[in-house]
Amino acid sequence: MKKIEAIIKPFKLDEVKNALSKVGVQGLTAYEVKGFGRQKGHTEVYRGAEYRVDFVPKVKIEIMVDDEVAPRVVDAIMESARTGKIGDGKIFIFPADDAIRIRTGERGTDAI
Amino acid sequence: MENINTGDTAFILICSALVMFMTPGLALFYGGMVRSKNVLGTIMHSFIMLGVAIIVWVLYGYSLAFGPDAFGGLVGNLDWIGLRGVGQAPSDYADTIPHIAFMIFQGMFAIITPALITGAFAERIKFSSFIVFTVAWITLVYSPIAHWVWGGGWIGELGALDFAGGTVVHVNSAVAALAAAIIIGKRKGFGKEAMHPHNLPMTILGAAILWFGWFGFNAGSALAAGGLSSVAFVVTHIASGTGALGWILAEKIKTGKPTTLGAASGAVAGLVAITPAAGFVGPISAIIIGLLAGIFCYLAVGLKFKLDYDDSLDVVAVHGVGGALGAMLTGIFASTLINADGANGLIYGNASLVVTQLIAVGATIAYSFIVSFIILKIIDAVMGLRVSEEEEINGLDLSLHSETGYALSGIGGGTLGHTAPEVALQPEPSYAMKPSPASDQH
Repeated sequence: MKKIEAIIKPFKLDEVKNALSKVGVQGLTAYEVKGFGRQKGHTEVYRGAEYRVDFVPKVKIEIMVDDEVAPRVVDAIMESARTGKIGDGKIFIFPADDAIRIRTGERGTDAI
Repeated sequence: MENINTGDTAFILICSALVMFMTPGLALFYGGMVRSKNVLGTIMHSFIMLGVAIIVWVLYGYSLAFGPDAFGGLVGNLDWIGLRGVGQAPSDYADTIPHIAFMIFQGMFAIITPALITGAFAERIKFSSFIVFTVAWITLVYSPIAHWVWGGGWIGELGALDFAGGTVVHVNSAVAALAAAIIIGKRKGFGKEAMHPHNLPMTILGAAILWFGWFGFNAGSALAAGGLSSVAFVVTHIASGTGALGWILAEKIKTGKPTTLGAASGAVAGLVAITPAAGFVGPISAIIIGLLAGIFCYLAVGLKFKLDYDDSLDVVAVHGVGGALGAMLTGIFASTLINADGANGLIYGNASLVVTQLIAVGATIAYSFIVSFIILKIIDAVMGLRVSEEEEINGLDLSLHSETGYALSGIGGGTLGHTAPEVALQPEPSYAMKPSPASDQH
């Protein structure tokens, strides 16, 4: 099993979700996060005082998938989240030990 | 000057303040309905009208609308330019209040009318183009139509009834809104992405402020404190209440659940529909007018999906359909028992009033649509109406105003000035599809 984490542009979430549904992903968790990377932040101005905001809003999604499905899931995220402009985000892949469905006690890939 | 009635003057000044308050109310009503990244841009559209529209009004708009007739009932002349001659003595429009009080009362209408249009192009218009559009629109559309109906122009001469602006304000702004929605195009992702309201309590507060201010709008249009303004006040409240009920009743039947946004929208629809009728109809008629407005406007919000235009905040459905419906129902329910200076409608045996009302609405629709369309096309060609795609994605608040509406998290709150170390911008990374680590293992 793999845990796939992706940090994407917030407005791309719907597209990514639809692309993931198409490759068979049945569930994901999304967070609103802030972070900085190569993308520059922006400036906000309040009564003449300028504020540099380096932390930009992003959405982070987490998906647990079977090993064989992982490459397709990664490709789906790359294609759907990409705009070609700086700040498109990153994908991280981790090995995962186990998964448990709390209601039934099922484990492993049955639980995802 | 001995004609001036202090009660009437106090009443009209207070009503002017009430109508003024409608515009920030509208800002909240609209602001809650957009996505959070556009809340400030949307509020700004209404708020800044308090400054922009009043300048136009004072310099020449009032003269074009209410000044002595220039071209056979089409527009006022420029005798009252810069409010020349508009002073403390009463005018022919209201003989017990200072002319300047009548002017500012009408000025508040000239402020909210262009603000109503902004719901159609919310979340995507350039601020500069919007200001230019508004100035041109008040000059070329609002002022002439106000003259036609209230300033001694041809529609008023025809005998059409529009007590507080169902045609001048609501139909007029909604038709301009339709032209704007068509020319500026749909929001990016319209019909595909969810674009639901981000703050409904704000919208409901806005609707309540509109309702409150509308007492000034309608009762004040009697231009005197007395019986007629009292009737207008009462029917205004009735129609707003039954408008809310009509809308949620229709919702309940069609989708199973009454919604708070529906109640707020229905209340506004009821207010719009009673606006032309306020000083001409009685309480029972008001119940019917409000109910019908709530139901018809609810049914009309589906039109934009069928006809495929993005009138983002339903200006056409609520103000256009509500205003036209109110004008036609005025033709049906008006009674000289309520207002001897008015006329009898269809149910009192005068079918011709319906025809007159139809002419007034039709002429407003035709003129407003054509002229608004031309103004918008010219601005689009010269300076562009729409923000760039990137600005639209990032939201108008940040792109156009360098602000964000909500700072609910302390993370990344920013540092003052440019003291933060600038991270050197790396060259654009390559997105070549490399084999992912996951696939290496298989």
